[in-house]
Amino acid sequence: MVPLNWYLLLSAVVFTIGILGFLTRRNIIIMFLSMELMLNGVNISLMAFSHYMQDLRGQVLVFFIIAVAAAEAAIGLALIVALFRNKPTVHVDEMNDMKG
Amino acid sequence: MMTRRSSAGADRKRRDRMAINQFFFGYFAFVIILTALLVVTRKNPVHSVLWMLVMFFHVAGLYLFLNAEFMAAVQIIVYAGAILVLYVFLIFLLNLKEEIQGEHYVGEWPMGLTLALSVLVVILIPLAGMKVKPFGKWSIAAISKETHTVALGKVLYTGYLFPFEVASIILLVAIVGAVFLARGKSDSPEDE
Repeated sequence: MVPLNWYLLLSAVVFTIGILGFLTRRNIIIMFLSMELMLNGVNISLMAFSHYMQDLRGQVLVFFIIAVAAAEAAIGLALIVALFRNKPTVHVDEMNDMKG
Repeated sequence: MMTRRSSAGADRKRRDRMAINQFFFGYFAFVIILTALLVVTRKNPVHSVLWMLVMFFHVAGLYLFLNAEFMAAVQIIVYAGAILVLYVFLIFLLNLKEEIQGEHYVGEWPMGLTLALSVLVVILIPLAGMKVKPFGKWSIAAISKETHTVALGKVLYTGYLFPFEVASIILLVAIVGAVFLARGKSDSPEDE
């Protein structure tokens, strides 16, 4: 049996890589992908807890996270399309029209 | 004498199985971390999305490892089949030829790196002394007796029926909202 801590370590590393990508990349599409990475990191830890505590509630939570991630991706990508129509760039540091 | 030898053999067999388990977990963990790093460092978004696809398949493999076949299938169908296709369509809708030239990190990237590493440290501190104690009733034997899909369905449709309905409303709102947002100006539809 693989120890639970290994799964949690992997989950923490994937979550950290997601944060890193979200904070450092200029491309808004990659930023959204990093968000999916973070959600996947959380999912890994929830599945591991669910297995090691012999309780299916963690997997139910993962189910809802996947549903919300699908909704978030659809809305977020539609927002990117709307943004790109107003200003043809995907770089977040050039979207500073509201800066005073 | 006989029992001791057979117990020693069983012991070695269990150790071998454990080594195989750890080897496969190491493979999956290595590929997941490597592809996650590739996702956030590639210049071209299409490459990032394709590495993300590899990562989703390996996460699904990890779920199989945790005796959760249904969630592995959902991971592949929803994440790889629906969400990533959405990303690929978006990248093909936008013309990114000039966008992928030049610098692809923000100027403040050392700040982001520091923040991410400090979050990792904060997450790792409580891991050392952690114990999981109150066990539920869904052991591996109980799940495999009912099959995983039936067990998950029993929990989902009895204890979590209301959140399930709320999730369906969220998906409906997402569909309508995505169409509304991506359609363009509402007063002149033939504009675009």
